[in-house]
Amino acid sequence: MKYEAVIGLEVHAQILTDTKIFCGCSTKFGSEPNTQTCPVCIGMPGVLPVLNKKTLEFVIKTGFAMNCTISPYSRFARKNYFYPDLPKGYQISQYELPICEHGYTEIVVDGNVKKIGITRIHMEEDAGKNIHESASGGQGGNYSFVDLNRAGVPLMEIVSEPDIRSPKEAAEYMKKLRTILRYLGVCDGNMEQGSLRCDANVSVRPAGQKEFSTRAEVKNINSFKFVEKALEYEIKRQIKVIEEGGKVLQETRLWDSNKGITESMRGKEEAHDYRYFPEPDLVPIMVEQKWVDNIKSSLPELPDVKRERFVSEYGLSEYDADLLTDEKPLADWYEEATASYSLSLSGSKIISNWVKGELTRLLNEENKTIEECPLKPKQLAEMLTLMDKGTISGKIAKTVFEEMYKTGNDAEVIVKEKGLVQISDESAIEKAVDEVIAKNPKEVERFKAGDEKLIGFFVGQIMKLTKGKANPQIVNELLKKKLL
Amino acid sequence: MELYRLDISEARRLLDKKEITVKELIDSIYQRVDAVENKVKAFMTIAKDHAYKMADAPQKTINSGRSLSLSGIPIAIKDNMCTKGIRTTCSSKILENFIPPYESTVTSRLKDNGYILIGKTNLDEFAMGSSTENSGFFTTRNPWDLERIPGGSSGGSAAAVAADECIAALGSDTGGSIRQPASLCGVVGLKPTYGRVSRYGLVAFASSLDQIGTITKNVKDSAILMNIISGKDSCDSTSAPVAVPDFTRVLGHEIKGLKIGIPREYFIEGMDKEVETSVRDAIKKLESLGAIPVEISLPHTDYAVATYYVLATSEASSNLARYDGVKYGFRAEGKDLMDMYMNTRAQGFGAEVKRRIILGTYTLSSGYYDAYYKKAQQVRTLIKTDFEEAFKTVDAIVTPTAPTAAFKAGEKADDPLQMYLSDIFTISVNLSGVPGISIPCGFTSNKLPIGLQIIGKHFDEESLFKIAYAYEQSTAWHKRRPNI
Ligand SMILES: [Zn+2]
Repeated sequence: MKYEAVIGLEVHAQILTDTKIFCGCSTKFGSEPNTQTCPVCIGMPGVLPVLNKKTLEFVIKTGFAMNCTISPYSRFARKNYFYPDLPKGYQISQYELPICEHGYTEIVVDGNVKKIGITRIHMEEDAGKNIHESASGGQGGNYSFVDLNRAGVPLMEIVSEPDIRSPKEAAEYMKKLRTILRYLGVCDGNMEQGSLRCDANVSVRPAGQKEFSTRAEVKNINSFKFVEKALEYEIKRQIKVIEEGGKVLQETRLWDSNKGITESMRGKEEAHDYRYFPEPDLVPIMVEQKWVDNIKSSLPELPDVKRERFVSEYGLSEYDADLLTDEKPLADWYEEATASYSLSLSGSKIISNWVKGELTRLLNEENKTIEECPLKPKQLAEMLTLMDKGTISGKIAKTVFEEMYKTGNDAEVIVKEKGLVQISDESAIEKAVDEVIAKNPKEVERFKAGDEKLIGFFVGQIMKLTKGKANPQIVNELLKKKLL
Repeated sequence: MELYRLDISEARRLLDKKEITVKELIDSIYQRVDAVENKVKAFMTIAKDHAYKMADAPQKTINSGRSLSLSGIPIAIKDNMCTKGIRTTCSSKILENFIPPYESTVTSRLKDNGYILIGKTNLDEFAMGSSTENSGFFTTRNPWDLERIPGGSSGGSAAAVAADECIAALGSDTGGSIRQPASLCGVVGLKPTYGRVSRYGLVAFASSLDQIGTITKNVKDSAILMNIISGKDSCDSTSAPVAVPDFTRVLGHEIKGLKIGIPREYFIEGMDKEVETSVRDAIKKLESLGAIPVEISLPHTDYAVATYYVLATSEASSNLARYDGVKYGFRAEGKDLMDMYMNTRAQGFGAEVKRRIILGTYTLSSGYYDAYYKKAQQVRTLIKTDFEEAFKTVDAIVTPTAPTAAFKAGEKADDPLQMYLSDIFTISVNLSGVPGISIPCGFTSNKLPIGLQIIGKHFDEESLFKIAYAYEQSTAWHKRRPNI
């Protein structure tokens, strides 16, 4: 039988505010344990939360980017459970009336555009972190430490409709979400550091069946590369259960990336009754229309729109445009370079090739992001101008580019310092041509006998001799003149 | 002169005229405490050293001729408001040694105004009770009859004021916890409008009902304190951005023509005859001062106690979850985490607190939420509407504060339902958020005080002060003092 997977994703994204959601403590990552805490975020008796307005603004921004309705009346709720990393014994979250609802986003899979519904986006506070250690420092001991630096860090939960049908779609959706969040500057999208976390509701049903089957929730998918893997595993597992005549249980399963499998948490989670009720310490959120309108008008150009613009404005292929707009800083870098080079379409394509090719290669070699790129867009443009003027050849340009990247110096300086100016002096080139011809009589004979492909060999030898500086056009002309 | 007998305005006059010093006033208060505290047992903590340390600054202010209204005035604070460096127990074993690292907004406002903290007063554990018999440590006694309870939960504050162990006090009122003990101790108790006074630093019992207020020897002192503690606080989202008038300004204004509602549901079959007579006499007195009594109906009064016990316990079950032995306060040992939680809470909380946590956990549980919590919220809306309707035709509402005068210790201790009924006249006021004041209006044949409750519109404490002051000035009840 053919089966179809039904997947919905619940994504937690850490919101990039400087301070926590309900107090003034810093959200900086990696400080000494419990140094970024105050009576409010450690849940002292008598303290009260006060909403950080920036959190609200960032979530509304995201709502707009995901085509949601922004609720004019929304409120917080308490989710009650006991855990040492949860200082108040409840988490302030949103339940019945989330801030954003009824949205969607589009993904492209195998060339087809697909709409994924967004059920809701809501705000909540993060919990602290438990560190389990024994007195001697090893694992499995008697002691646990609680670090509350993370307690109260703002999160948003983005819940999709069960519109996703394959692990590949899920991965595309996550990629899309990450791109949008990073474009908006509301989340750094780092799954490995936990600032983007993904839980998946997965079920399978016979192809053609309309009703949903029982779903399992897969948690702990803590890296981009595991989104597809974890879902593939879980789908296969459920199909196997069904085909063996069993029943898929409604349960929470943990993805174990070392073993490459999902494992049941066996009732640990699902026994919870969170006893949600409206948070009485916070007044309902009634957003002012004017403020919301302002947020909407301050949205940056979003990736889909930018990609289309890159196609029409710069004449790039869909593929190249997609590549260049995946990260906003890269797109910005590209546009700046293009602006300082040339307005002609061929110019923007040349820049695109340099960015996709040499620049990406050099960045990848050092594992750097475009934001850490030592090279300024203008420097690439200047180098290309030198090429246009004939000062350097295309071959030399690669060397110059790498040198610019390494030293941060301008192309002109490098060309001068290293003596990389192209030799266009015919007499100097002629010497080299003569030398190569004299050294390779056999090849000359073969060439004269009709093996015209050998022209490349001669050019190569001459370039070697002139350290790549000979003007290739002149080299070609001279060779033809002397050999034919 | 017995300085401890002074009220705020008289003490102010003598301090400013340099007839007495702050130190002399504090001396006198502590002499009184030494003399009667072993009988009354109003205090959880007597902050003697701290009080003398606080004395210098206000004395200097006075000497400079720029005294503030509370410079050098000895005040007692209910032990559920956080005072930095001074233990704050909520009269619970679970917080027996809890020393807050921060100051509540009300006490920091008093501090800025030069008050002297005399001590922290006893209460029913976490403000849950009407007699102080639920204190985790001891029962406070009614200064008018030491065999009787002072009412609760702010019984310590009311008894301390009645016994002249302080000049004035702060209490908190969730269902009558200021007004009922004020009534039983023959002093003035004000529960302001919900949102009038910041709750930041008040250890929460039921967040949507809790409100800090004053317990004083007379109406004017209440107005003086309210001038200091009222107003929007950026640390409490539920505090209202409503302008604070000078509450003393209306004292002495005529009440001629004011319409006073007499709700028929508050004069019920079987209520204490002496209480009824005193209250009816008080209404006549108000009429003689020019007020116009109007019979009104608050039709949902019968549901108030049930509604209150669903909502208050629901919120409490969540508010008290933080006392888990992990971060502060009492911790019992256990074989594992769950065991530690359970032992800590089993040993740290008293019976009434546990009863309410269990009740509230139940009413919020899935499957019961709609029938209890949600239904109670709906009834709460109806009760609010009752008051809104009534206030369309009357300026204030007058009722008894409590159905009986002070009862004997132990009399109702084993019957929680009977105990809950002592708040029958005060609870609706918390549910609807309006302000209410209790003032002395007579004595029983046993020489026990009886209280008159005046209820006002949202943020109209001024009408309460005006009416209460007019009544007080035309009677002598407030001048009587207990013989201890
Ligand atoms: Zn904090």
